[in-house]
Amino acid sequence: MAITSPIDPTVTGVEPAEPTTQARWWAATRAFALRRPLGAIGAIVIVIMLAVASVAPLIAPYDPVVVDFGAMLTAPGAKHWLGTDAFGRDVLARLIYGSRTALIVGFGSAFIGATLGAILGVGSAYFGGRIDLYLQRVMDIFISFPLIILALAMVAILGNNLPNLITAITIPMIPRCALVIRSSALAIRELPYVDAARAAGFRHRRIILRHMLPNVMAPYLIMLTAFLGQAILLEASLSFLGLGVQEPTAAWGLMLRGAAVEFAETAPWMAIFPGLAISLGVFAFNLFGDSLRDALDPKLRTL
Amino acid sequence: MRHHGSRIVSSLVGAVLALTIGWPAFAVAQDKPRSGGELVFVVPSEPPSYDAHREETFGVIHPMAPHYSTLLKVDPFDKTGTKPVGDLAESWTVSKDGMTYTFKLRQGVKFHDGAAMTSKDVKASYDKIIFPAAGVVSLRQTAYRAVEAVEAPDPQTVRFKLKWPEGSFLLNLASPWNWIYKADILAKDMHWYEKNVMGTGPFKFVEHVKGSHWVGKKNADYWDKGKPYLDGYRAIFISSSSAQVAAVRGERAHIQFRGFTPADRDSLVQALGNKITVQESPWDCILMVAMNHQKKPFDDKRVRRAMTLALDRYDASKNLSKIAIVKEVAGIQVPGTPFATPPDELVKLAGYSRDINASRAEARKLLKEAGAEGISFTFKNRGIPQPYEPIGIWLIDQWRQVGLTVKQEIIEASAYHPMLKRGDFETAMDFQCGFIVEPDLDLPRFLSDSSANYGKSGDKVLDDLYNRQARATDSEERKKILRVFERRLLDEEVHSMMTLQWNRIIPHNAKVKGWTITPSHYLNNQLDTVWLAE
Amino acid sequence: MAKYIVKRFLLMFPTLFGVAALIFILIRVVPGDVVELRMSGESGMSDPQVVAQERARFGLDKPLWHQFAVWVWGAARFDFGTSMWTGAPIWEEIKLRFALSLQVAIMATIVAVLLAIPLGVLSALKQDTWVDYAVRMFSIAGQATPSFWLGIVLILVLLITFKWLPPMVYTPFWVNPWQNLAQLIWPAVAVGYRYSAVATRMTRSAMLEVLREDYIRTARAKGLVEKLILSRHALKNAMLPVLTVVGLEFAFLLGGLVVTEQVFNLNGLGLLFVQAVAHRDYTLTQALVMIVAGAFIVVNFLMDVTFAWLDPRIRYR
Repeated sequence: MAITSPIDPTVTGVEPAEPTTQARWWAATRAFALRRPLGAIGAIVIVIMLAVASVAPLIAPYDPVVVDFGAMLTAPGAKHWLGTDAFGRDVLARLIYGSRTALIVGFGSAFIGATLGAILGVGSAYFGGRIDLYLQRVMDIFISFPLIILALAMVAILGNNLPNLITAITIPMIPRCALVIRSSALAIRELPYVDAARAAGFRHRRIILRHMLPNVMAPYLIMLTAFLGQAILLEASLSFLGLGVQEPTAAWGLMLRGAAVEFAETAPWMAIFPGLAISLGVFAFNLFGDSLRDALDPKLRTL
Repeated sequence: MRHHGSRIVSSLVGAVLALTIGWPAFAVAQDKPRSGGELVFVVPSEPPSYDAHREETFGVIHPMAPHYSTLLKVDPFDKTGTKPVGDLAESWTVSKDGMTYTFKLRQGVKFHDGAAMTSKDVKASYDKIIFPAAGVVSLRQTAYRAVEAVEAPDPQTVRFKLKWPEGSFLLNLASPWNWIYKADILAKDMHWYEKNVMGTGPFKFVEHVKGSHWVGKKNADYWDKGKPYLDGYRAIFISSSSAQVAAVRGERAHIQFRGFTPADRDSLVQALGNKITVQESPWDCILMVAMNHQKKPFDDKRVRRAMTLALDRYDASKNLSKIAIVKEVAGIQVPGTPFATPPDELVKLAGYSRDINASRAEARKLLKEAGAEGISFTFKNRGIPQPYEPIGIWLIDQWRQVGLTVKQEIIEASAYHPMLKRGDFETAMDFQCGFIVEPDLDLPRFLSDSSANYGKSGDKVLDDLYNRQARATDSEERKKILRVFERRLLDEEVHSMMTLQWNRIIPHNAKVKGWTITPSHYLNNQLDTVWLAE
Repeated sequence: MAKYIVKRFLLMFPTLFGVAALIFILIRVVPGDVVELRMSGESGMSDPQVVAQERARFGLDKPLWHQFAVWVWGAARFDFGTSMWTGAPIWEEIKLRFALSLQVAIMATIVAVLLAIPLGVLSALKQDTWVDYAVRMFSIAGQATPSFWLGIVLILVLLITFKWLPPMVYTPFWVNPWQNLAQLIWPAVAVGYRYSAVATRMTRSAMLEVLREDYIRTARAKGLVEKLILSRHALKNAMLPVLTVVGLEFAFLLGGLVVTEQVFNLNGLGLLFVQAVAHRDYTLTQALVMIVAGAFIVVNFLMDVTFAWLDPRIRYR
């Protein structure tokens, strides 16, 4: 588009500003926000969550762990905005600290899972042949394996702490991501320029890094955001079953366990707020991921 | 005149007094058991097999105990659950040296297939329990080590010969697990009872649909004429506790025989008002803290003593009892039972003082002396919501108040026991649940050779004390020895520490009558005395 | 085509074998022993001699490879042995729960499809309008809500507002259809709502893609009625990926409803799973995993074959 600028540099002596990378990012974000308001809402909520989690000690009104029997089971009010639980611990404080657990587990497992899955998927697609066959079988095995049993077994074997919980949640994600990335990568592998690169004798690493990886970025990001929401839900379910984070650490799923259910009628605030927090968190991630998927590639047919 | 008037007044007052005091008796007399109706109750777990001699779970007792009789049983109306009365035994005598017990059996008792019950059935059943053949599992065999032989000299008499006298023998025989089976069946196939039912109990077996329910119907030929009052019963297997509460609340089930949480009780009372009767009792279960004597610094009794001094048991009793199934402050026996230490004496033990500040000050001093000030350690706990988790949270908070930083690690329930046996812990939650309140059943775990002594506290003095109390036939002497035992265990050496006694809460439909709560959820499940009001 | 089917069919077996090996090893690596658990019950104490005796009875003292071979040989003939916890044949333990889980899965699928297809089509037709946004938010909310929380809230609402409780005991459909539905409709709705989210999204994107196709434009140009275009051309072709998703999620539902079953007190496969693992009942756990994974693998195979038949490009990969 050779439209000459109305401002002729030779006349005014001032160069028309080329849009900087920063300005381009900003423009893209704005376009995203305007075209996809749902995704924008999701993104805003995520940013708020991240902010809350990082400054938790500063904004939490009470220590989330200290037991105060004098204040047990108080309804939401001036002293405790969201009420207290069966041990007199402030619900709001526990929610705020709980966001840390949710985000650490969510981001940790989603990132590791998606990345490892992507590596395996690309590798499997690129090398093909026997490697592809074996890797695919292994992936199939893990995908067919019931998720909850895998998590149960992992926790029972490895023990019940945060790194193991992240591992238990990551493992089912890897094969799912691998399969999706693999089909994208396969499509790219068929392309003529990749063949040409191989014929020219370029090293594997170069082809993978230079050509294949950038092109699977779209499905990778989509899987990542999808996993974020799922990881938080999975952590909540596992904590609910008693396999997740331990007391007295604050975690949303853990807050729903035991006393919250028992006192659901007389002290509903114990169960409502953590449930809302989980739903909101997952909702935000899913909204964002959904819009991202639409923006990047509406033709994607995979889960 | 006044004389006359005052006599009228006094007789009026007397009449009123008589009515108010006598009214309950009058009312009870009015409350005559009514025949008929089907009792519906919920059971949290299902029986793995049908043979009580080889099982340990209440999932066997609750649906199946009504089909069987035992030689002796625990008095169903005794709240302490410690009084043996006859079931199939009509009367008994004990020899002077305490080594021979002779029982006279009731006449006219029939099995559900019509065959008569005689002493050979009792002997065969007890032979199976005490001297099991190869390949036959008898879980409580070791409890009857004192028995030399079981004899059946005539069809109406059974005799037990002991190797040494045992004060707890009668109560031991009243075990709810010692169902009397048919000798003829046992002679043909020792494993028959694992998959089949044939007893002499108040109810006959109708059906068992796995994962769903168990049905029993009235045994018209039951030896106790007039009983059972119920036409039958239905046990529904529901594992989720919220669904159990919902069942009682929706009046689809009358009762659950294990226990509900305080929150469940409160919501049931709130929802159903006087349609619900609540019975509560201390439970024959308690959580203790096991400290690994082979790991520093828990080999130092000053550290162990500091840990028990830090716990404000009375405050916890008040508060935790609102949210968890625990309540009373206890020593080595269930409060209220014959051998339990009364509260005014219990106060003298470490950690049982009412002055918590003094206790905690002493704790800090001891920790400093032992060079363990402000240390951190892990506490392993079982992944079960009630009452393990609340007690865990409480313990960690209490220890925090004497400067100890404790991190909790939850081990999945089924992996817990292996962890304890391996000794793979610094401190851990230990638990004790008995089916009858008897020191001989509750205390062996503290002995140095016990497989349940996870802390590995090898204390010969304690072993000796235990043996002495087990052989003592005079209960006063036993009490004295038990006090010394308790003092050494919880105060001088602090090999273990008790938290709070569990609290059994049974809110049930007010129509259910004739059932009295006892400290054990394995007792009083024959349902022969239970009836349903209109 | 035949060659493709045969190849995919044969590939099922190594996967099945891999799953079998994985669960066999996994359940044995987890600490805890079924016999000890049985024997120690609530008091936590057990007699070592008794334990050893029972272990021998279950063949647990034999070397691992021997146990594995015996089990695989039996599984190949659909004989999964007996449960180590109750001693009853596995099929007997499973059949009641299987019927229930199957019914819930089917009902949830129906709910999901009834929600997903109209909503997905609507959303696609009205892309980027507030209708589209509303539908997407509704379906994403379904995916975001923890199902156990939804179940708890549902039961509470029923109890408090309507003072009514779903039936406790499972009655098969042919015995008493009303009671059966009264119990199972609630979990079906709770699960179906979550499940519809994925299907709605898939319907929407598939419809969007199909609507952009040339042949739709041609049909429009030809002057065909819009409704006819939608139903005869667009919808039919969009259904394929939707069916794939529905099929795969269905296979998951069979054993995956662990928490939902706990909350609604359903005597289904999910609950049996948790109990089996908690009891370390090796044979039962292994059998359940094989059934659930097997269902998934078979459904996968059928989907692949259907896909290949309809889209020839895939066969030649």
